Amino acid sequence: MKLELKGITKRFGTLVANDSIDLVVEAGQIHSLLGENGAGKSTLMNVLYGLYKADEGQILLDDKVVNFAGPGDAMAAGIGMVHQHFMLIPVFTVAENVALGHEPTKALGTLDLDAARKLVREISERFGFKVDPDALVEDLPVGVQQRVEIIKSLARDAKVLVLDEPTAVLTPQETDELMEIMRGLAKSGTSIVFITHKLREVRAVADKITVIRQGRVVGEAAPTASAAELASMMVGREVGLTVQKTVAQPGDVVLKVQDISVLDDRDQKAVDSVSFEVRAGEILAIAGVQGNGQTELAEAILGLRPLHTDKGSIEISGKSVHGKSVREVLESGVGYVPEDRKKDGLISEFTIAENLMLNGSFGKPFAKGMGIDFLNRNKIADQRIKEFDVRTPSAQTSAGKLSGGNQQKVVLARELSREVNLLVVAQPTRGVDVGSVEFIHERILEERNNGKAVVLISTELDEVLALADRIAVMYRGQIVGFVDGGADRAKLGQMMAGVAA
Amino acid sequence: MSKKKVQDPIDWNSALKEVLSGGATRTLLSVFLGFAVGAVFMIISNKEFLQSIGFFFSNPLATFGAAVDVVVSGYGALIKGSVFNASAASFESSIRPLTETLRLAGPLIAAGLGIGLGFRVGLFNIGGTGQMISGIIWATFVATRMELPPVIHMVVAIIAAIVGASIVGAFVGFLKAKTGANEVITTIMLNYVIVNFFSFLLLDQNLLQGEKAAGNSKADPAFETARLPLLFGESFSLHLGFVLALVAVVIYWWLMERSTIGFRLRAVGYNPSAARTAGIKVERTYILALGLSAAFVGVAGANQALSATGGVSPSSHSGIGFDAITVALLGGSSAPGVLLAGLLLGAFRAGGASIQAAGISPDVLGIVQAAIVLFIAAPPLIRAIFRLPPPQTTSALSALRDKLFSRGGK
Repeated sequence: MKLELKGITKRFGTLVANDSIDLVVEAGQIHSLLGENGAGKSTLMNVLYGLYKADEGQILLDDKVVNFAGPGDAMAAGIGMVHQHFMLIPVFTVAENVALGHEPTKALGTLDLDAARKLVREISERFGFKVDPDALVEDLPVGVQQRVEIIKSLARDAKVLVLDEPTAVLTPQETDELMEIMRGLAKSGTSIVFITHKLREVRAVADKITVIRQGRVVGEAAPTASAAELASMMVGREVGLTVQKTVAQPGDVVLKVQDISVLDDRDQKAVDSVSFEVRAGEILAIAGVQGNGQTELAEAILGLRPLHTDKGSIEISGKSVHGKSVREVLESGVGYVPEDRKKDGLISEFTIAENLMLNGSFGKPFAKGMGIDFLNRNKIADQRIKEFDVRTPSAQTSAGKLSGGNQQKVVLARELSREVNLLVVAQPTRGVDVGSVEFIHERILEERNNGKAVVLISTELDEVLALADRIAVMYRGQIVGFVDGGADRAKLGQMMAGVAA
Repeated sequence: MSKKKVQDPIDWNSALKEVLSGGATRTLLSVFLGFAVGAVFMIISNKEFLQSIGFFFSNPLATFGAAVDVVVSGYGALIKGSVFNASAASFESSIRPLTETLRLAGPLIAAGLGIGLGFRVGLFNIGGTGQMISGIIWATFVATRMELPPVIHMVVAIIAAIVGASIVGAFVGFLKAKTGANEVITTIMLNYVIVNFFSFLLLDQNLLQGEKAAGNSKADPAFETARLPLLFGESFSLHLGFVLALVAVVIYWWLMERSTIGFRLRAVGYNPSAARTAGIKVERTYILALGLSAAFVGVAGANQALSATGGVSPSSHSGIGFDAITVALLGGSSAPGVLLAGLLLGAFRAGGASIQAAGISPDVLGIVQAAIVLFIAAPPLIRAIFRLPPPQTTSALSALRDKLFSRGGK
């Protein structure tokens, strides 16, 4: 089915999220929508999916104008959407999930699960999905869960499939498999809109690329365009995709993790007998696909999560952190950039100035006795905003109103301005615009060059390869192996899937 | 930096939109709507109005006239009973309603601050009643069973009330921190426990029952030395309790807006996981917050225990613990907001009698009060009725505020 968007404009108050966007997706085409976070990709797709109503413009399917009052209409018209966060019910089977919302029924309204099973099997066979209709969704690997999402759309006869940042949660291997699936679907006539900000994937799979910046289409490109070209289109200026890195000069051991195990929120072992060391002046990257224990490991180092058994230990600068509170760990010289900055790193309702004092409310320079030293705080805040290039009207703007990149700069400004000798940085550039990535990477390297030990937790191979001096790959709570910074991408990919080095 | 600021034009339009979409505008409109709902009830329960409906088509003016009459006389009586009585014989008695409003607003303000403090930390303290009674128990013990010099006696009794209340609050916080028990449930249950414990204490002369109580659940009046002194002589019953409430407002403002403790309390209220990550002990903060919350409620307890000339009884809490929730909601849990909301509800309490004297049920005021909270709880409703702009994401207002009130560092 041919999809055409004509002059779509969507405003939120004074903000124009989509500014008369035109887009044509031919039948059987993989059309990549490339743009930074906040460029307006998701808004556009939500308009297409009937979640938002466009202020201006038209949606045409096979040259006929359509109007969607809600996702139900969009689905009925043949538009399927696979969200970044899966909309599956974990305790239901694949067939139950696929049936959900338009359940096939037998007499007296009893559920006809056999029909659903058959449907899943059919679609699965046709496209080589290898999905068991009776498997519980929670038992499936993330990559397969995503296929269930795709099956859900196909089961509703989707002719246009929108994939919103589908590779964010996948291993490199799973990503390759997904691309295969996309090609297969396209061949069978399904139109695919592939939303992403990852240049490599776009170039590998897209038939056509549309770049969006600040709500506008800024250009189209062929998949043969170079990564640098695409990046500068996305950002609107030349960007350096790689940072200059000098050879590391490791000093003393700062962080020594020995044989620790940690439980996750569901009391499952998330970190399983992990040991490693990080020296001053080096960056150890902990690579791995999301959800393999990296988050819990970082939280254990900070004292946010207790160790599972007594046998393991964590030492920072030669002192055990056992039994220490988070505040004591932070004050012993640890800087922490949490993975989920909105949940753990910032308080969106607080102003930038308040967020900068979040872990400094106990003494100087922010506090004076029991009171807050407002004069000093504002002075410091203005300084930091300048130093870290936070784009904001003022230090009194609440953090929630900033873009992802600027929020992250606030967190970095707070953590890097303290006296630390160990920096734990988790997903520092997740949801951050390409323009800010460069800046953030440079700041992390600068800390390492200043003789700080850095633990970088990242699921993005590019980031790991750009920054790491050594790489530890985690899989199912264990470290599969250590490799040097310049390791081969394919090898890392295998390790991330659990194959030992 | 300053140069750039001057060049930035102030975006008055966005600033105005932010004001219109903000909480203060909505609260004012909610109060207005609340009174409108009250007016409707006054009208439909009015005998003249109901009779005139029968002749609506022959004499519609009479119907409208009756409606207007009842509303004017009802809210007129409210003002007469709570602010200024123009028809009184002397100046003293004409401003007495206002002093009554202040007297009754005092404990509502203090307790409202307490509940508001809880809200700011994300806690729903429904235990105002229990905490207040605990404060009353302690204060009454000091005021009726101990002999101390004047002033000191009163100060000790006030402190006793605050301590008595905060122990209960901190206990709730302790249960929450250690066992995860929801404060809504524990505070409600503790209300029952403490109310009944108080009745028990008032049944035995060896405990708190007064000597002349003659089998009634009633304590002795507080000793003269412990009593909150009257502010304007014998002809007004306004006493020091209102001043205590004002002091509490200032302390609350400093604590929440200016101190590092308040900073941490607010941090936990907005986002406990970010607070924890920043090294703030969230569980300990809950204990502190509920203790402090109850401490303000304790001031209201002191007010009740040390102002009564007849000795306290199980009903001495006067429902303040629950009305305080309304006060905190209405005042947006901010110091000035709670002050104003407390005054409004104080006026309702003061004006009840004169509304009744005007032949209208004072229950109308309860309806007004409830309707106001209802409207405040449903922001989209208010926005739809008055066609206000939706919540703004611009920061024109903070930029404006910055420009007008920037403190140093620029």
